[in-house]
Amino acid sequence: MHRTAVKKAVLEGVLDANDALAQANREKFDRAGTYVINLMSSPGAGKTALLERTLERLRGRLRLRVLEGDVQTTLDADRLARFHVPLVQVNTDAGFGGECHLDANMVRSGLGELPLADIDILVIENVGNLVCPAEFKVGEDARVMVYSITEGEEKPLKYPLMFRSADLVLVNKVDLLKHLEFDLEQFLGNLEAINRGVEYMLTSARTGRGVEKWCSWLERRKSA
Amino acid sequence: MHELSIAESVVQIASGHADGRRIIKVRLKVGHLRQVVPSALAFGFELLAEGRPVEGAELEVEDVPAIGSCRGCGAESRLESFPLQCAACGGFDLKLLDGEELFVESLELEKV
Repeated sequence: MHRTAVKKAVLEGVLDANDALAQANREKFDRAGTYVINLMSSPGAGKTALLERTLERLRGRLRLRVLEGDVQTTLDADRLARFHVPLVQVNTDAGFGGECHLDANMVRSGLGELPLADIDILVIENVGNLVCPAEFKVGEDARVMVYSITEGEEKPLKYPLMFRSADLVLVNKVDLLKHLEFDLEQFLGNLEAINRGVEYMLTSARTGRGVEKWCSWLERRKSA
Repeated sequence: MHELSIAESVVQIASGHADGRRIIKVRLKVGHLRQVVPSALAFGFELLAEGRPVEGAELEVEDVPAIGSCRGCGAESRLESFPLQCAACGGFDLKLLDGEELFVESLELEKV
């Protein structure tokens, strides 16, 4: 039987198109002098609650704005709207019945509505999901993960990609420590095993613990 | 289910290199440390391939082992799981050499 196929080398990265768009976003942010954070977590870890506390505290100190990513609804954006800061909602349900993550193109589509030159820090609140958002750069300077202690100590081992890519981990809902059989030391050991030396902070959006420390971190990023 | 996004990107890349020919096979390299589920990827690929140059093509996924070089002792280890640890000295300070790949390596095209 004679050969009917020819091989053609391609060597093209599957995420190259997304990475190029992310890079373009990044250049746009840099030109405007806006520091950008990709905020990721599982659903219900407290991203929006922490942002509420953060916006309260940073009012008058830092011009922090939010780009909200959700599969559906504007519920999170509605919660943050009371802070009267420019806010953009990107819904991902235009994809295949609801994308599980934001990608660089979705973020780009939301940028037109934001006055970047008047923004010190832009927080991109990603879709709640511990797997998919980690694969897609959106043009961020830093990746911040919110992890809540109700999720269990083993999560860094189960979702290494996201925990490994985080520059800062906010260990949230620590007001519940006294009610749970959660082993903080074990969690921190697992985190260290996945992401050596990663910075973390203990926070509680409910009591406000750690929120000032997180806000100071944001201020340092701005002035850096 | 980001496999669907990845599958779409694979379909686009492959279609762009088809030169009007039918694609028989798409070879994809996926690093061991990527969180890509092969069955979900294959399902997405088949679904999205319909009516495009890759329709009916086989998606061959090669798992690339994760290899790290130890900054402590210099040894190279194959890394099966986390924590990433040097097999020779037990150190954790490793430079990742392989294992994060995600690219279309080559196509097999119908000969004309």
